[in-house]
Amino acid sequence: MEFQVIWFILWAVLWAVYFMLDGFVLGTGMLHNFLAKSDAEKRVLINTVGPVWDGNEVWLLTAGGATFAAFPKTYALMFSYLYTALLLLLFALIIRGVSIEFRGKGEGAGWKKGWDIGIGIGSFLPALLFGVAFGNIFEGLAMDASGYHGSLISLLNIYGLITGLLFVLLFLVHGSLYLSVKTTNDLSKRAANAAKKIWPVLLIVAVVFLIVTAFATRLYDNYLASPLLLIVPIIAVSALIGMRIFMAKEAPLLAFASSCVTVMMVVFTGVIGLFPNLIPSSIDAASSLTIYNSSSSTYTLKIMTVVAFIFVPIIIAYKIWVYRIFRSRVSVDDVMKDREAY
Amino acid sequence: MDVVTLSRLQFAVTSMFHFIFVPLTLGLSIMTAYMETRWVKTGDEVYLKMTKFWGKLFLINFALGVVTGITMEFQFGMNWAEYSKYVGDIFGAPLAIEATVAFFMESVFIGLWIFGWNRVSKKVHALSIWLVAFATNLSALWILLANGWMQHPVGYELRNGRAEMVDFGALITNPTGWYKFFHTVTSGYVVAAFFVMGISAYHLLRKNEVDFFKRSFRMAAVFGLVSTILVAIGGDFSAANMAKTQPAKFAASESLWETQKGAGFNIFVIPDAERECNRVEGLCVPNFLSLLAFHTPDAEIKGLKDFPKEERPPVGPTFVSFRLMFTLGFLLILLALLAVVYGRKDTLESRRLFLIIMLYAIPLPYLAAQLGWIVAEVGRQPWIVNGVLKTSAAVSQSISPAQVWVSLIGFTLLYGSLGVVDIYLLTKYAKKGPQ
Repeated sequence: MEFQVIWFILWAVLWAVYFMLDGFVLGTGMLHNFLAKSDAEKRVLINTVGPVWDGNEVWLLTAGGATFAAFPKTYALMFSYLYTALLLLLFALIIRGVSIEFRGKGEGAGWKKGWDIGIGIGSFLPALLFGVAFGNIFEGLAMDASGYHGSLISLLNIYGLITGLLFVLLFLVHGSLYLSVKTTNDLSKRAANAAKKIWPVLLIVAVVFLIVTAFATRLYDNYLASPLLLIVPIIAVSALIGMRIFMAKEAPLLAFASSCVTVMMVVFTGVIGLFPNLIPSSIDAASSLTIYNSSSSTYTLKIMTVVAFIFVPIIIAYKIWVYRIFRSRVSVDDVMKDREAY
Repeated sequence: MDVVTLSRLQFAVTSMFHFIFVPLTLGLSIMTAYMETRWVKTGDEVYLKMTKFWGKLFLINFALGVVTGITMEFQFGMNWAEYSKYVGDIFGAPLAIEATVAFFMESVFIGLWIFGWNRVSKKVHALSIWLVAFATNLSALWILLANGWMQHPVGYELRNGRAEMVDFGALITNPTGWYKFFHTVTSGYVVAAFFVMGISAYHLLRKNEVDFFKRSFRMAAVFGLVSTILVAIGGDFSAANMAKTQPAKFAASESLWETQKGAGFNIFVIPDAERECNRVEGLCVPNFLSLLAFHTPDAEIKGLKDFPKEERPPVGPTFVSFRLMFTLGFLLILLALLAVVYGRKDTLESRRLFLIIMLYAIPLPYLAAQLGWIVAEVGRQPWIVNGVLKTSAAVSQSISPAQVWVSLIGFTLLYGSLGVVDIYLLTKYAKKGPQ
């Protein structure tokens, strides 16, 4: 297999794992001000993600770093063309991170209220902006040999917004299901109910997204050329429906596992449609950024492949180990008793 | 202002702000890990109290280091797209490796350390902070190998319209990167040592938890003395390497205009860039500059006039920063030495003036570290990659001054507020003392 193809797959995997892992943290953050009824419950929500949010966000840094190392031209143009959108994303992620870390380190209602808003906005904006960004990448950016002809406003087109909404809803359900697995009693039930309530909306938006994709993008071309690939969107849709079945059967862990699969398969569905493009151009096919015209040299890709194949399994191993250590549910009692809790 | 100037300003603001948190993390992670190890080994509860108190301050600082770090990776693409396209083949690799081998370890085990007190054994808990310390220092290595490549590019060939990596071994054994790594991490240890000594001094002045803070102070004093000396040794190697690989930067750091054999070191210098000379020069130590640069007293040193005007770094900021850093470095060695002596004699509590000095000395190593980066980055101008690519050619083509104004103001406001919160929290927990 060509190294460009290997890195295309790794690129997709990094984004998929990132969205699967940070998706539930972002979802938890969006629910923060709505699901929790008291300060203690808000603390429970923060403590369910406290030990893992930072490690989850590193998948984003790695996806970014991998784009830089493997497809430098794509990294350069994507980040500079989407300058203002990425700036907003950056600010939101910074605010989310400090809000999680600092909320519990001060007292007073004002202090906590401020960071609560930070968690809410710092979670909603990234979810939306990532969706908008990927929606626009699926459509293609207005770029040609002379540069980029779009703006922040042009990114907020119908398809971009539908994808943004899809991401927001997907992470809301994903976060709700995570909380139904990670919290106790009434809070856990409320989280499960929230997932049940949001799920139909997610389903409608997902269907709309799949239909509009046929008109707004060329993602389906690859599927028409090799129908076997349709297995990926089929798994995505089955997992989405399976999620609801497991919710009805009161099997929260399986429902959460389904939402993990859904998130990853949604990302794969889109990225497979892009191949061999990383960012297609919507106005000049020759200016599309493909894995071939934007990649690093074979030498660099080889070195990076060796590094990835040695270290990614190690990372996955210690991550699973740490997730297992923190597998138990977090209760109001726990955060009240534990002096190290946030 | 144009996009280049604004983007440089923004890079300066965001990287210098980020580098307020990094050095303390580098050093305090090791000190905290050492404290916890002492607790695991001796069972002495004071060490547990120390781990928790200094660990809390470590975490407040760490959080801001993490979130401001994301910006660092994004802005190469956002503001420096031409740079990223041109050198991504060789410069992207160390960044991606940094994330893979270091960031994951650091972020996963910090989570385990914060929340794992009652979930894993004492030994595993102590191991997790050691892994954080190791990963933090490892991430410094990769980022400084990347920066070292910008200072002294190796292992590449210019082809296909860009710099392509041809020798990964050369990239990771680049002496410039290793000198920078050694000099930078040890300067981080100094920051941490003076941070611990300063806060301990605050409490010793008030006779608070005397035993606790005396032990902390003594531990930090030894760590600080060793580190200040190592910084100076690393600095000496760095300077000698700079004279060899970046002679223009070296000449600017010393404000040396004429090429000379057996160059002396002037203690008093006021550079005059316009007239290409020094307005004032005084108290010359003969041959010392040649000795410093090439470790031989009559080596020839190239003066700034031997470089075309458009390839000289700005002399003023490079020279002043280098001098100040250098002076602060020696002052810090002296303070650390006194700290060790007074700690050994057990006369700390009665030396009020010294304790007051140590309290107000907390910012000095931070300042020295920032000045060092000014020398490194301003001194490399007009190049972004020394001799290969000019900074003016590296900036993104697609962004407008208005966009960068917005982001620069945004970063300044956001980072300014975060800085206030950070100082508030650090002061609050530092004053509160251990529980």
